[in-house]
Amino acid sequence: MRSVVESSSLWRLKSYLRPHLRALALIWVAATAGIAVGIVIPLVSREIIDGPVRHGDAGALLPLGLLALGLGAAEAFLIFLRRWTQVRPVLGLETALRDDLYRHLQRLPMSFHDEWQSGQLLSRATTDLSVIRRFFGFGLLFLVMNVIQLGTVIALLLHMHWPLGLLVLGTAVPIIVLSVRFERRYRKVSRQVQDEQGDLATLVEESALGIRTIKAFGRRQHVYAGYDEAARRLHGTIMRKVRLSARFFTLVEVIPNVTLALVLLLGALAVGSGGLTVGTLVAFTTLVLQLGWPVSSLGYILALGQEAMTAADRVLEVLDTRPAITGGPIVLERPRGHVRFEGAGFRFPGAGRPVLHDVWLEVRPGETVAVVGATGSGKTTLTALVPRLRDVTAGRVTIDGHDVRDLTLASLRSVVATAFEEPTLFSMSVRENLMLGNPRATERELREALEIAQATFVYDLPWGLDTRIGEQGMSLSGGQRQRLALARAVLARPRVLVLDDTLSALDVETEALVEAALKEVLSDVTGIVVAHRASTVLLADKVALLSGGTVTHVGRHQELLARVPEYRALLAQDADLDPEGALR
Amino acid sequence: MSAAPDPAAPPGAAGVPPAAAGWRGVAAEPEPDEPRGRAFLLLDRSGRSRRLLGALLRPHRAAIALLVVLIVVSAAAGLAIPYLVKVGIDAGIPPLVAGHAPATLLAAVGGVLGAALLQGLTRQAFLRLSGRVGQDILLELRRRVFTHFQRLSPAFHERYTSGRVIARLTSDVEAISEMLGSGFDRVVTAVLTLAGTAAMLLVLDARLALVALLPLPVLVLLTLWYRRESAAAYRRTRETVALLIVHFVESMTGIRAVQAFRREERNQEIFERLNADYRDANRRSMHLSALYMPGTKLIGNVTVALVLLYGGWLALHGSVTVGVLAAFLLYLRQFYEPMQDLSQFYTSVQSAGAALEKLAGVLAERPAVAGPARAAALPSGRGPGGGVGREGVEFRSGDGPPVLHRIDLAIPAGQTVALVGPTGAGKTTLAKLIARFYDPVAGRVLLDGVDLRDLDEATLRRTVVMVTQENFLFSGTVADNIRFGRPDATMAEVVAAARAIGAHEFIAGLPDGYHTRVGKRGGRMSAGQRQLVAFARVFLADPAVLILDEATSSLDVPSERLVQRAMATVLAGRTALIIAHRLSTVEIAQRVLVVEDGRIVEDGPPDRLIAAAGRFAALRRAWLDSIA
Ligand SMILES: Nc1ncnc2c1ncn2[C@@H]1O[C@H](COP(=O)(O)OP(=O)(O)OP(=O)(O)O)[C@@H](O)[C@H]1O
Ligand SMILES: Nc1ncnc2c1ncn2[C@@H]1O[C@H](COP(=O)(O)OP(=O)(O)OP(=O)(O)O)[C@@H](O)[C@H]1O
Ligand SMILES: [Mg+2]
Ligand SMILES: [Mg+2]
Repeated sequence: MRSVVESSSLWRLKSYLRPHLRALALIWVAATAGIAVGIVIPLVSREIIDGPVRHGDAGALLPLGLLALGLGAAEAFLIFLRRWTQVRPVLGLETALRDDLYRHLQRLPMSFHDEWQSGQLLSRATTDLSVIRRFFGFGLLFLVMNVIQLGTVIALLLHMHWPLGLLVLGTAVPIIVLSVRFERRYRKVSRQVQDEQGDLATLVEESALGIRTIKAFGRRQHVYAGYDEAARRLHGTIMRKVRLSARFFTLVEVIPNVTLALVLLLGALAVGSGGLTVGTLVAFTTLVLQLGWPVSSLGYILALGQEAMTAADRVLEVLDTRPAITGGPIVLERPRGHVRFEGAGFRFPGAGRPVLHDVWLEVRPGETVAVVGATGSGKTTLTALVPRLRDVTAGRVTIDGHDVRDLTLASLRSVVATAFEEPTLFSMSVRENLMLGNPRATERELREALEIAQATFVYDLPWGLDTRIGEQGMSLSGGQRQRLALARAVLARPRVLVLDDTLSALDVETEALVEAALKEVLSDVTGIVVAHRASTVLLADKVALLSGGTVTHVGRHQELLARVPEYRALLAQDADLDPEGALR
Repeated sequence: MSAAPDPAAPPGAAGVPPAAAGWRGVAAEPEPDEPRGRAFLLLDRSGRSRRLLGALLRPHRAAIALLVVLIVVSAAAGLAIPYLVKVGIDAGIPPLVAGHAPATLLAAVGGVLGAALLQGLTRQAFLRLSGRVGQDILLELRRRVFTHFQRLSPAFHERYTSGRVIARLTSDVEAISEMLGSGFDRVVTAVLTLAGTAAMLLVLDARLALVALLPLPVLVLLTLWYRRESAAAYRRTRETVALLIVHFVESMTGIRAVQAFRREERNQEIFERLNADYRDANRRSMHLSALYMPGTKLIGNVTVALVLLYGGWLALHGSVTVGVLAAFLLYLRQFYEPMQDLSQFYTSVQSAGAALEKLAGVLAERPAVAGPARAAALPSGRGPGGGVGREGVEFRSGDGPPVLHRIDLAIPAGQTVALVGPTGAGKTTLAKLIARFYDPVAGRVLLDGVDLRDLDEATLRRTVVMVTQENFLFSGTVADNIRFGRPDATMAEVVAAARAIGAHEFIAGLPDGYHTRVGKRGGRMSAGQRQLVAFARVFLADPAVLILDEATSSLDVPSERLVQRAMATVLAGRTALIIAHRLSTVEIAQRVLVVEDGRIVEDGPPDRLIAAAGRFAALRRAWLDSIA
């Protein structure tokens, strides 16, 4: 039952082969013809020896010899034809599946990516797909060919001498029983191997991304120990797989030989009692000998098939995950950027209590609101609700009166741009990083955005805007990264600009310059600014205090400072300091 | 449905900037995986990978010898079976017909069973042993490469990117594992069969044997051609898959920005191009083997036909007997048949070879920050120690402009120093030189009078710990992450560290307290929470020299206060270097260094600098204005 359900994973991939049906047909024809020619060639040799050579018929030698030559060439050509033709469908399947997987992964929301390690995703996109490719490449073909070959031989055997033929057929029973049992266990262990390979990839990724932290603490040994443990676990699991398949492969090979011994014994006895001629027995045993290879390779191919099935399961696990966040039908033609949180609430999946609840907040077009709250109070989460990086779990968020869930994702996300608290940069050119949200920006727009963010230092990089910045922008200083991320958000020319604590890594003087420039930008777009410092708060027209998971106060900075002790504690502590004592 | 055509979306390719092909940008160093001079590499790299292969195989010499024995026994047992059947029929049946006891028959049947059993046993032993050897080799390779990557400097990793590291340790290792699992047994049998039948051919008839072996040079030429072409093709496969993985990993890591900025289309386009490159590389190698394998088959088949003609002609003229010719043809078939197995194996060897070459290339990277030939010890018995000196330190990356210009600086043990200055001035770089993330281009950095380059890593890391600007959390629990500072710390110590810096409250409030999983890269924590955990981590590590690079920048003011209060106690008697833009953080410093454009422009106790009305005084005034 399980087998049927799970093998359907592999079966479901068949649509990827549909564009290649003609090639597939050609492959099958070439394969069958190749086998037929392979059988005929020895017959021609025998014909030459038994015919012209034995009877001294020199005239017939040449044509027959040329026939052998032609057939030999034809066999090679057919093999070539099969191998060459199969390249396109097999690679086509793999490539298309990988494209689709990637496309799908890009559509899956943050909540999915929170849970899934990229090592696991990667192992699906590479290792698993190549297993599937190999199965479709030759496993499937040989499986069918082997079964045909086995069927033919057994039919011949039954035709030759049915009692002995039945005996041979009977040995299929233990083989099938073994295969079914093997299949069940092998599938489990091969799935486990694939999962552990993904875990190992995850550890590798962490060790590379966290290299600075590892170095800073000198924890190479510690990290290595973790990796080594996982690598040894994988080693152990693969060895279990090896032992399992070694036992199965061996049994599958021994069974035909035991059958042969039985055939010999019973056949000889039958000859002794006159029920069988010696010639038939010879022919019979020769045929039984020929069964050995297809049967034993069947074992190998079954194993490959199992692996392909679990690989397909793993790939489809991802492809079958429905994107929880999909767009609605509405496109905002002329967005004004009127943002309202209407009783919005959010709970992380699996978390006990919501991070946000009953958030009511209105940001009018052109207005800027500062969101202030303690560390971990949910500010970042709140800002993620607007571009639907996360979806509210209660209430709703609207832009220009439309629930954000009714807008198409593209429309929504072109209205809102965010500069994240951690500048997410890619190892690409500066230009490409900047134009992430606006691929059609002109040089002038680029310069303007860079000037606003005080990030014109990029023009001084060795290749200017074409310089590649290291992974995650690591070849830049912390403040440079942050300014670049800010410039990117500005360049997107959104109606709603979200700045999530984006000035934290700047020195005071640069910060003041950026703030002055941002004031300009924010004067005609809607702004949501997350702030820990009074200086940033001053960018905003009003302040929303986030506390206990909801917006408790909205008002002007000075007003809240005077009225709300909690707000004062959060922001004004700097001011409470005795300015002269601050540095001693 | 979001899949519906969307007028607001940029119309795919039309939105691509003109410099589309240059999206990757220009870097100072050549792309590690871009193919360079081909012929040159063939010579150079294969030597390196062969040495690596040798080193990996050497410990398994005995096992490999045993494997060969097992194969030979198993093959012999396999060959004995048809022979025993023939004996059973030829010698076992006549006594039966004559009505005698079936002794010979039973012996033959017993023989077949015995041989089958022997074959089974040796085969199973072979499969297990070869599996073990293969997996041991892979494990060793994984360990070596992983350790080596960890030794290489952060500068290397910036350029190489995590994606490529992953590619090396997954995809390349798997290519090798495929070869290890691809019928080593059949190769040995094939070689033995080849040798045996070649001898048989020569014994049977030298003239015919000569004709039969005549095409061998063609085979050799074909193989040489294939080797050259496929080496390049498989190398290309490794390179393209690495680029594919880099892009994949990076877009998954930055998925938040990808989605927020509607980068999906462009990413998809880039990915599909990389995927197509990878497919083309694969296609090339598959096409090559689609030529090579039937090529060997063709040579074999043509040879058989030629021998048939020539032998037939000889037989007609009576210079060979028909029996010899028949036998010869049978053996000839056996000679060319194993060629298929060999060429199949050769294909996977080529593929593995390209992967091995890449791994050997990684192993050949010398760490830019290398350990000392002979480690010096830190002078002991001088209290906590941790004095830092720099003499004429200069730093630049690659051949770019210098980031730091000749800096001379001495920090006495126990002093708390604040580094301030505009962004991009070189503060982090200066700090990283002390933590030996890089080595200076000129000059030296001393710790208690010892050049950092003479210290072994363990001593250095025990003494100097740095909290980097970008703190990284490993997936695991909060406690695991704090314990990263000192892996043998007890739970109580972990809690004490968190308490000391004021992180206990929030951790205790998490669903599973200290056992809450932080998610990948700490994604389940808020930015400030991540900084607190990173701070607790360094608190627990308790080093003599502590470097804090913007360690509190994302905290709210009260939390920052708590951390500062904790720092006042922690830093007492410790050498510390604090980098911060919020000058409140540096108030505990006894000395302030102002860095600008890679130079120290002011140096002295804060009071004096304020009185001097220089850069620091100006910075501080701006700061006071900003918080007013
Ligand atoms: N992916 C997640 N899964 C579960 N909980 C999460 C996740 N991300 C954040 N949290 C929790 O939700 C709360 C709010 O996090 P958020 O990042 O919104 O805080 P924040 O206000 O932005 O804080 P900071 O000022 O430190 O950036 C935190 O307590 C955090 O631990
Ligand atoms: N790995 C690197 N490769 C090349 N250049 C670098 C690298 N790291 C930093 N730089 C350059 O060196 C200069 C100084 O950088 P550094 O990180 O030391 O600045 P910083 O003073 O710490 O600034 P911030 O306050 O913004 O963190 C910058 O111009 C930066 O672009
Ligand atoms: Mg946040
Ligand atoms: Mg810095």
